[in-house]
Amino acid sequence: MIRYWIRKLLSIIPIIIGVNLITFVLFFMVNTPNDMARHQLGEKHVTQEAIDVWKHEHGYDLPLLRNPKETGFKQYTNTLFVKQNLSLLRFDFGQSDQGRSIGQAIATRMWPSLALAIPSLLIGLAVNITLALCLTLFHHSWFDRFGTTICVSLMSISSLFYIIFGQYVFAKLLKWAPLSGYESGWQAWRFLLLPIAIAVLSGIGSGVRWYRSLFLEEISKDYVRTARAKGISDWRILSRHVLPNAFIPILTGIVVLIPMLFMGSLIMESFFGIPGLGSYTIDAIAQQDFAIVRSMVYLGTLTYIVGLLLTDFSYALADPRVRLAGGKD
Amino acid sequence: MLVSDYFIWGFALLVAAIIWRQTRTEIGKNRWVIISQKKSSIIAMVLLVFFMGITLLDSIHIHADSINQDFPSLLDLAFPKAAQITETSYSAPLATHSYQAEVMLTKDGSFQSSFPALKITHTQMPSLLILSLKGIAWGLLSFALLFCVSLLSRCAITRQWHLSYSDAWRFSALVTGILLIIGAIIYQIAKHYHVLGTDQVGQDILVQTIKSIRTGVIIGTLSTLSMLPLAVVFGLLAGYCRGWVDDVIQYLYTTLSAIPGVLLISAGILVMQSQLQHHPDWFHTLAERADIRLVGLCLILGLSSWANLCRLIRAETLKIKSLDYIAAAQLLKLPFWRILARHVLPNCLHLVLITIALDFSGLVLAEAVLSYVGVGVDPTTASWGNMINTARLEMAREPIVWWPLLAAMIVMFLLVLSANIFSDALRDALDPRMRSSNLANKEKAS
Repeated sequence: MIRYWIRKLLSIIPIIIGVNLITFVLFFMVNTPNDMARHQLGEKHVTQEAIDVWKHEHGYDLPLLRNPKETGFKQYTNTLFVKQNLSLLRFDFGQSDQGRSIGQAIATRMWPSLALAIPSLLIGLAVNITLALCLTLFHHSWFDRFGTTICVSLMSISSLFYIIFGQYVFAKLLKWAPLSGYESGWQAWRFLLLPIAIAVLSGIGSGVRWYRSLFLEEISKDYVRTARAKGISDWRILSRHVLPNAFIPILTGIVVLIPMLFMGSLIMESFFGIPGLGSYTIDAIAQQDFAIVRSMVYLGTLTYIVGLLLTDFSYALADPRVRLAGGKD
Repeated sequence: MLVSDYFIWGFALLVAAIIWRQTRTEIGKNRWVIISQKKSSIIAMVLLVFFMGITLLDSIHIHADSINQDFPSLLDLAFPKAAQITETSYSAPLATHSYQAEVMLTKDGSFQSSFPALKITHTQMPSLLILSLKGIAWGLLSFALLFCVSLLSRCAITRQWHLSYSDAWRFSALVTGILLIIGAIIYQIAKHYHVLGTDQVGQDILVQTIKSIRTGVIIGTLSTLSMLPLAVVFGLLAGYCRGWVDDVIQYLYTTLSAIPGVLLISAGILVMQSQLQHHPDWFHTLAERADIRLVGLCLILGLSSWANLCRLIRAETLKIKSLDYIAAAQLLKLPFWRILARHVLPNCLHLVLITIALDFSGLVLAEAVLSYVGVGVDPTTASWGNMINTARLEMAREPIVWWPLLAAMIVMFLLVLSANIFSDALRDALDPRMRSSNLANKEKAS
């Protein structure tokens, strides 16, 4: 078992190196530090000295992959690639192209983002699974057909429409919630209510369909037929037998959702003026601030990988096949 | 012709060729029958063909005027009047009052600042009734023409000269007829009126919405198309060769899919944007530049999504490799690329088709979101994302300007809905097993 976990943890390292290599190629080799400096200092009337000073301030003045000034092993360590990646590994994100500390901004902006993303995920999950169970219970009836039709239609509506329409109707016309803004502490719930509700609603279409097909596949299996032959009620079969067995694909689905959360929070936060990581990223994209975008790519990847690990961990808890097979995998 | 024109025509010919090959075999015919069993999927299919037709029309650009750097497409030429009617701002029929306050003399002689009613100069315009009758006539005529041509070509292909129609054939003819008539009516009216009103700078919303179809369809198809070679070759190699090849390819796609897609796309687009900024001499016209950006966006979207298909093809190849006929082929000492191309690939093609159809709707929706984030298509390209983005700010006006937003949303909804329904039908016809199990286990398989 321990060997299994150690192997899982070790398998992360090449992935992180690979991601850093990709971002490095994108942000430093295709788009050189000279380009970045020129963009920040203005395209014209900029002297080479000013560019050099800017590069030195941001620590971009080292050679990319091989430093000819050094000798031996240092030839390869005293380079932009190694320096930048080591600082990322230490969670030292440096400063943005504007000159502010990125790490500090991330630390303060993390909490509103989590306060939006985690409830959206959990409530969305609960709503989707309940609705999907209901549809499965009435499989092959007009209710099921009606429900799946609604799901396909809901799925086909742009998430932008949900946000714009929801904000207009519930915040502007009915005034049930504030239009946008944020307050720290427990008072935040007033501002989070509408975004969370919209996030849940916009996910219903694809979510319910997904879980419905999971449950349908599960109820076609033999153990369900046995349970039914024993005379157990449909609802009890679903809740006590099918749901636990469908747990593993559900868990897998959650990891697939994590990148979606990024996309969702990106637009949701900027529409509702929530000072989280998503709106931070959007602002950085608008200002073409490469340092921030690079940090966010790294952070997003870490979140995904941690999510992947957590799934493996919960597999081990939920699935006896993994639990007992242990190190053999 | 622009770069993306060649791509979209190439894609259309490819799909036509695949369908043509499919319908020639007995299994293919059966699949076709399964797809056309449901009325909803027939409607979806006809709508998709309609959207595709508009896209193809909009993808023939004529190099008419090199001085104004003007690239009109065939579709632009078909809508000459609508482009010529110049309004300065929002106009009839959806806006009744000007949004610019003016000081006016009221009846009791005092001056007051108010919003004047728009002067609607419809008196010398032809009446709506005549226009719609004209539209119905044209629609019926074009439908009759299309019907005869398709009937003749069907007879010529099957060499059966007695006329027999299945229910599906009759229903799709009905849907096509209705769509053609509606389209013709709208077209006739749009020659003289702004059917969906105008936007803030006086551009016709209907024309913008229709022009946006091309952008949506191109993003939906080209992105998947651009990653096909990579995903197919890597998936086949990983599944067939195993060993270190498998390890390397698995490592590649795990790494790429570890980066949240929207961030990878943003990063890619930002870098591309700054490269385009630093090299203004690469393109002659703005249209070419915007087009290259569109193609670049498709490539980046494809690059960030190839892992999924690669994983599916690898799993399928693993399964096929253990079958007897592959062992027979190996005993015959066929070269391995020949086994892959002739014996494994054809059995994976259904995965490719399903992926193209399934990804399409997601990509069309993603385009709108990406444009909002600011990493979508060029701001000068007509796209639903850009329309929504500008219309969003006008929601705050009083009275509310809702038509640009709603027009974009509804046409986008129609396209995505029909794509969703069609891809469901296609998946059921090609691979009933695939309904959920493969997708659910795709993570575990890796």
